[in-house]
Amino acid sequence: MSKLRTEEFTVNMGPHHPSTHGVCRLILTMDGEKVVKIEPVIGYLHRSMEKICENRTYAQCVPLMDRFEYVTAMSAEYVFVNAVEKLAEVEVPERAEYLRVIMLELNRIASHLIFYGSTAMDIGALTPFIYGLRERELIIDLFEMTCGQRLTYNYMKIGGVSHDIPKEFIPKCREAVKIISEKMSDYEGLLNENPIWLARTKNIGVLSADKAIAYGVSGPILRASGVKYDIRKNEPYSIYDRLDFNIPTRPNGDCYDRYCLRLDEIRESLKIISQALDGLPEGDTLKKVNPFNFRPPAGEIYSRIENSRGEMGVYIVSDGSTKPLRVKMRGSSYNHIQIIPELAPGGLIADLVAIFATFDVIMPEVDR
Amino acid sequence: MILATAELIGIFKWLHGLLVDLGLKEPWLTVVVYGLLSVTIFGVLCLIALFLVWWERKIAGHIQQRFGPMRNGWHGWYQTVMDALKLLQKEDILVDTRDRPVFFWAPVICFVAAFLAYIVIPFGKGLIVADLNIGILYIIAITTFTVISLLMAGWGSHNKYALLGGMRSAAQVVSYEVPMVASILTVIIFSGSLSMVDITESQQGNFIFNWFIFRPPFGIIAFITYIIAATAEANRTPFDIPEAEQELVAGFNIEYSGMKFAMFFLAEFVNMFTVSAIATTLFLGGWNGPLLPSWLWFLGKTLLVVLLLMVFRWTFPRLRVDQLMEFAWKFLVPLTFANLILAGWMKYAGWYW
Repeated sequence: MSKLRTEEFTVNMGPHHPSTHGVCRLILTMDGEKVVKIEPVIGYLHRSMEKICENRTYAQCVPLMDRFEYVTAMSAEYVFVNAVEKLAEVEVPERAEYLRVIMLELNRIASHLIFYGSTAMDIGALTPFIYGLRERELIIDLFEMTCGQRLTYNYMKIGGVSHDIPKEFIPKCREAVKIISEKMSDYEGLLNENPIWLARTKNIGVLSADKAIAYGVSGPILRASGVKYDIRKNEPYSIYDRLDFNIPTRPNGDCYDRYCLRLDEIRESLKIISQALDGLPEGDTLKKVNPFNFRPPAGEIYSRIENSRGEMGVYIVSDGSTKPLRVKMRGSSYNHIQIIPELAPGGLIADLVAIFATFDVIMPEVDR
Repeated sequence: MILATAELIGIFKWLHGLLVDLGLKEPWLTVVVYGLLSVTIFGVLCLIALFLVWWERKIAGHIQQRFGPMRNGWHGWYQTVMDALKLLQKEDILVDTRDRPVFFWAPVICFVAAFLAYIVIPFGKGLIVADLNIGILYIIAITTFTVISLLMAGWGSHNKYALLGGMRSAAQVVSYEVPMVASILTVIIFSGSLSMVDITESQQGNFIFNWFIFRPPFGIIAFITYIIAATAEANRTPFDIPEAEQELVAGFNIEYSGMKFAMFFLAEFVNMFTVSAIATTLFLGGWNGPLLPSWLWFLGKTLLVVLLLMVFRWTFPRLRVDQLMEFAWKFLVPLTFANLILAGWMKYAGWYW
């Protein structure tokens, strides 16, 4: 019998596919179940945000930033506000800095909880999603209590934060921290030692440290490959240098490590929140600047922070007017999505889904 | 004639008598009686399928710390009825490039094959349509029929995701058929018959301890392997790769809408009930049980097995397609065959039972 001839074929995965987390389109060349080549097509969520920023005053840019990274909108606001404050040398009240860190870390936990749920769902376990979202709800309620919004907050202002926290916030926040740290064992119990989960994630999509650095990968994915790099420690911003927390790392760089690392990070964030709540000083929360006539000096600045996905940065060029001359946003997902075509070929389509899920790519950050 | 009047329960006995009194002659008598039986079983199974959909949603809800359907009636009991009505009214969206006959017949075959198995399932004492002497063999043959329909759906849809889903289901069902049959054969060694009624009757007596599951270790191993293989056979998580939502969107039924989709959907739940009913008949004593009426025992045990399958679905992640195959061929097949051979040897040597 002559050798069986097989033919490669092309599958269009997305932009509307349940596991591409938004509107990413992957053109897959498949050999049966095996993925041979991946070509990501981005741009389906392009909103021209950088250009829009050029036509708005600095204060008007902040709500746009919520849409830059809507899963952790606080960090996107913070990175812009932080850049402007550095450029204009605005003094931020101490209390505002503490509140910012509390909100950033709460938002990081919320993002990681979504990661936990959506990754489990992509790998076929449907229940953890609801568990993750249940605890996220506590955090969202805290945000709503503080600034009235649940997803796009517009909370960070140039010179502080828009609202002081209400009286009930601190007890509620402590309660949420307690509940989440108790539920962590639930999350781990559901998946961590499940043989099917291990078979689906261990040694899948191994990303070596060298390659990760070469591709500009940052955040949890870099740390899961064994590189101890976190901007909160390496280049502290806000009050992170006063807080005591660890940078968890994992050695293998596979899907399982990326998953575990994010659970470890939730624990560290809980520690940070507790410390920040303990040290929260009294005082003002906003140093008023006139939002319509705020003119930072001419110059340029790059500000970067560690958000739940990796390094997030904003580069602003100012010509001394009320509007920025140029704004460039750096979303870590943009760097992360370009390494997926390196990792996934050779595996099955199910592995591709697992890799995509554990990279935790969100599309607004890629397309802006 | 396979049908013996004495095997039918009251209403059909009465009906049979009535028809004889009316002067209905053979072969019309058989046709009418069988027709009525089929319609009854079809109706009951449709109700069971609708109930199972509702039940699954409730179980899923409670596992996930929510309520599930709550709006239509008490705890949303007629939610699935409304869903079915909605699907009936939906536009039947058709792909232009479909393979017309294949696309049309796939859901029909799936639906019919799902129901055909019930001809030989004893729902209670004497509550069986036809006691074929090759009953279990017939069931194995008929349930495998479903895979043809899935393959047809995958091919006929002219969609790559559907095709992948169809191919996956073919590979999966054919692989898991082997350990499934091997575990069923263990029971046949115990009972010495292929007839579903004989298998049930050989588990009678001794309170409940004559059930084949209480014949350690072979009965238990066969039961567990059967349940695993049956989960794969019914395309349920963790073996639901043919319709793996996150990979293949919806797998083989991606291009189906309206009533055609509903037929696949109901057939899936009927299949789940079938494999549970077989598990009940083979391992859990069928309708045998103390005190309660036989049909209630049967229904209770079957629903218990269904519950097990549902809990599987809402707690496990999904296996990858190659891991699934490895699990079948490298683990289940050797295990079931070793179990089968040892059980046969024990029976032959007369050391046991």
